[in-house]
Amino acid sequence: MCPITVMPEGSEVTVARVTGGGEASKRLSELGLVPGVQVSVVQNGGGPLLLKVGDSRFALGQGMALKVFVDGAC
Amino acid sequence: MGYTVALTGNPNTGKTSLFNALTGSNQHVGNWPGVTVERKEGRFRMGDGEVKVVDLPGIYSLGAASLDEEIAADFLLRSRPDLAIVVADGSNLERSLYLAVQMLETGTPLVLALNMMDAAAEKGITIDVEKLSALLGIPVVPTVARRKEGIEDLKKRVLDELKNRTAPLNSFALPYGERLGPLFDEMEAFLTTKPELIPGLPARTAAVKFTEGDSVVLAAAESAGLLPALESILSGSGAAVESALGYDLQTAVIERRWGFVSGVTAEAVTRDLSLKTRLSLSDRIDRVVTSRTLGLPLFFLVTWAIFRLTYALGDPLVEIFGGLFESLGERSAGFLAAAGLSDVMVSFIQDGLIGGVGSVVVFFPHIFILFAFIAVLEDSGYMARGAFVMDRVMHLMGLHGKSFIPMLMGFGCNVPSMMATRILERPRDRMITLLILPFMSCSARLPVFVLFSGAFFGPHAGTAVFSLYILGIVVAVGAAKILGSTLFKGESSQLVMELPPYHIPSAGMVFRHAWERGFLFLQKAGTFILLSVVAVWALASLPWGVEYGSEESLVGSIGKVLAPLFQPAGFGFWQAAVALFFGFLAKEVVVGTFGALLGAGEAGLAAALPTLFTPLSAYAFLVMTLLYVPCVAAVAAFKRETGSWKWTFFMIAYTTLVGYGGAVLVYQGGRLLGLG
Repeated sequence: MCPITVMPEGSEVTVARVTGGGEASKRLSELGLVPGVQVSVVQNGGGPLLLKVGDSRFALGQGMALKVFVDGAC
Repeated sequence: MGYTVALTGNPNTGKTSLFNALTGSNQHVGNWPGVTVERKEGRFRMGDGEVKVVDLPGIYSLGAASLDEEIAADFLLRSRPDLAIVVADGSNLERSLYLAVQMLETGTPLVLALNMMDAAAEKGITIDVEKLSALLGIPVVPTVARRKEGIEDLKKRVLDELKNRTAPLNSFALPYGERLGPLFDEMEAFLTTKPELIPGLPARTAAVKFTEGDSVVLAAAESAGLLPALESILSGSGAAVESALGYDLQTAVIERRWGFVSGVTAEAVTRDLSLKTRLSLSDRIDRVVTSRTLGLPLFFLVTWAIFRLTYALGDPLVEIFGGLFESLGERSAGFLAAAGLSDVMVSFIQDGLIGGVGSVVVFFPHIFILFAFIAVLEDSGYMARGAFVMDRVMHLMGLHGKSFIPMLMGFGCNVPSMMATRILERPRDRMITLLILPFMSCSARLPVFVLFSGAFFGPHAGTAVFSLYILGIVVAVGAAKILGSTLFKGESSQLVMELPPYHIPSAGMVFRHAWERGFLFLQKAGTFILLSVVAVWALASLPWGVEYGSEESLVGSIGKVLAPLFQPAGFGFWQAAVALFFGFLAKEVVVGTFGALLGAGEAGLAAALPTLFTPLSAYAFLVMTLLYVPCVAAVAAFKRETGSWKWTFFMIAYTTLVGYGGAVLVYQGGRLLGLG
């Protein structure tokens, strides 16, 4: 498991968990970032991440993205 | 009888278009999250049924994060409309259904409007409407709101539901599974022995929402004194479920909902996979537009091009309009004098009315064009990309990318931009953004910039105006930084924002938006600016007998009291003081005042101004006009949004000080450099 922030652009990953349990992680979960969901990393260049979840694109600030852990080794 | 129906749905699902189609009201449809910032109501009739439709801000779920979402969630949960229309994006059904499922759980009667069916067809998506309706247990109506398709059918189904439904929609129970199910059974059993937590909300849903930490339900439980009992259930049975699942209960609840949604989607939706390659056009554009290297330069290029184009297209039109007003003034003066009107009246009409108002109205093309470009930015989806690439820059000032959306809108008009701050999640971010918005150079300041730059900076006029826009941004950045580290300490919340798919803005929509804003400007010219100009003219003519607009007139006396204050900034003469004084009513009035005082239209002013200003003091004057207290309408909007007179007065005082300080700095600094 590793944070989605280390994933390179163009990678397809599966959400393992969203940490925290507070308002922020609730928001992420309600946008569809729940365990088992496929996400593609469209943009990851130091600033906010651009993720594609289903047919939607979301921008996540670095701090937010750090809460999202995905399957795989770093 | 009358019914109340709420219109709810995710941002960018065409909800506002649907509202317009249902009620015939006319609003702007934007493309970034949170365009509907005010509570909008409309009505429709069908047969003997009259329905009031409340258009709610777009939300992704009933869990509120920003003020906007709070407004919507609160209305849906507490005010309990007779029915809710959930607007779903047919081309992205899965996302839209999450809110629909949450709404089902509340027991409110629902009708699902399956909107944007044309976009769905383009993407090769087919939705089995009958099956979807059967799976959800509610009527589903396909619509294309932009083309007004399916609207009559929707009205009919809404009225059917309202008239024929006798019991609340209690039958829906989301299958929460063998682990969560028993937990909710236990909480439900406890809650049914007590009075309802929220009137109309089923006990099971209250249990679910309590478990996922919903703030409305938590507050209700606390005031009912049920908090300790419910929490002990969670820490007992709830903890056991958590350890069995491997993640927290909140995630578990949300995950189950998504599980249900994907099940429904899988059954009701079929995709033509051969069209898949075309889908990624938005992605491919995004690779370039949001990239680390190209994103920001591209964004600056776009904004710069917008301002250049606004002038390139607007300037020739201004000359034409200016000439028209000039000759209108002269002709009517000749005509009126021949008709035997007194000199005073002729001067009033020629100098006061036609000169003063005319000098403002000629800028209509600029304002129209600027708002058309802003509408294009919003409607195409690029605005959200701007927020994305600006996120890093905004972090330097202690805010995040979303704050940039109101700031960019502020270039059009500060008033709607202040309302747009409601998309921000944290009160701190919102307050800082509100306080720096007045520095965004709104289109009302444009006439002043254009007039002065044209008169003083010749071929460099465009650069001079652009530099003022940049200055406004720089001051806003500095102010945000200072406010964020003094009065509003703390971390900014993090960016979470949907980037809507790109689409080609519809010409009709862009024209309508630009026309609405442009019309407001003309209206302002016909009322506010006209009255101010008349007041200036009257004050410039009184007491009777003095030379019009001379130092001895009333306006001259007022100006002379204020003028010494502006000596250090290089424009210590009474006309400038008077113009700034009246500029508080509306910033265009600065031009109108000079127009009325110097008795000249736009073209004449360009010749008359150099008798008062040097290029350096002119620039200092523009800096003052840019930064000092925004117009009275913006001040009123600020008071409405903050609800605080204290902060409103703070804003008035600090912007005026910054404007004055900036003007003095420019003038004195320029003189030191030998520019005076």
